[in-house]
Amino acid sequence: MKFLCVACDEAMKFVEVADTAHGDTFSAVFGCPRCGRRIALLANPWETQLVRSLGVAVGGRTTPHAPFELVRERLANSRLMWTEEAEQRLARIPEFVRPMVRDGVERHARERGYREVTSEVMDEVRSSMGM
Amino acid sequence: MKTYRDIVGDGGSDIAGQVARRQARMRARMAAVASTLAVMSGKGGVGKSAVTANLAAALAMRGHRIGVLDADINGPCMARMLGVEGQALTLGAGGVTPAVGPLGMKVVSMDLLLAPDAAPVEWDAPAPPQPHVWRGAIEAAALQEFFTDTVWGTLDFLLVDLPPGPERFPGLHSLLPRCDGAIVVTIPSGMALLTVKRSIASAHSLKVKLLGVVENMSSYLCPRCGAPQPLFRDEGDAGRQALGASILGRIPFDPRIARCCDQGVPFVLAHRQTQAGRAFMDIAAQVSGLRIAQEEGR
Repeated sequence: MKFLCVACDEAMKFVEVADTAHGDTFSAVFGCPRCGRRIALLANPWETQLVRSLGVAVGGRTTPHAPFELVRERLANSRLMWTEEAEQRLARIPEFVRPMVRDGVERHARERGYREVTSEVMDEVRSSMGM
Repeated sequence: MKTYRDIVGDGGSDIAGQVARRQARMRARMAAVASTLAVMSGKGGVGKSAVTANLAAALAMRGHRIGVLDADINGPCMARMLGVEGQALTLGAGGVTPAVGPLGMKVVSMDLLLAPDAAPVEWDAPAPPQPHVWRGAIEAAALQEFFTDTVWGTLDFLLVDLPPGPERFPGLHSLLPRCDGAIVVTIPSGMALLTVKRSIASAHSLKVKLLGVVENMSSYLCPRCGAPQPLFRDEGDAGRQALGASILGRIPFDPRIARCCDQGVPFVLAHRQTQAGRAFMDIAAQVSGLRIAQEEGR
């Protein structure tokens, strides 16, 4: 999709996008580099969902690609993924308390909206327990 | 006034560039996979996933390095069949480390990402009405991530277990940088043969090498005399010839196959010397031979 400033016959350039990760619409602002006129593309919920489903970012990517990012962001009932380092730390905990610790760490991560369990998340849990 | 094609680029989003970079990542990842094989069926219930799991195990028993990608996003079962259910996929520096099953088989399945509460796959979508508009797109993107972001390492074969339906193969083919072959699983009933023709036609039209047809549940062994008896009304050789593809193997019905699938133990590993076990090993030998021939031809 491209936008043309009809008065200047000039291709408009992307300026900014207003997109909340879980909102049902997004707005993208484009401007004419010659006359400065701005327009906004207002996507309806279906268009928004389709763009998200394709795994592309309107306005370009601002963060590097993360493994399984679309699945982890969009799968509503997904497990929380752990980094290898975090798993190794968990493996050092006595086996009989491991499931309880895993549940506690995951609860902490979910409550804060984290997408993965890292070693830093485990540190946070430790300090929140005063350890 | 300028038209769409007069304007270079898309004003800053670089959607084409984003897609191209994603495809480049996939090509780089798949470069270490010698052969990617799709296992498909014309219709459901023919035992395609059981054949995939056992063919993967039989190839691994021949010493090949094997990966299995469960492309059935909504009905995943490979994790259970290959005994890795409950294993967690972990995030490492190079991507997602797959689950590791018997004989070192690497497995990725939606099952390993879903919360263990038997809930169906649900996408976080703020536009719930008419999910058919976007569901296909998100499933294709998820599949692409499975291929691209998994640390497969060097593999001799990556088996892709497709959901049933002849339309699934073109979808997979459009995602992959290359598909080295397809295997079609069917049962010897008239209805199954009718639908399997569409899968075969789909492979032919995309010019993908069809390795052959696996006829599952081709017979059952009489519990009294051990002689094979037809399980379905057999369409005979004329029906098979009409498929226009060679038969890669025939797997007799053996109730232990289903039991092994439930227990997460590849049947061929536990019962190699049975008739069905030997049939799986024979199919693996042919697939293995085709790859060797392919390499020699390169």
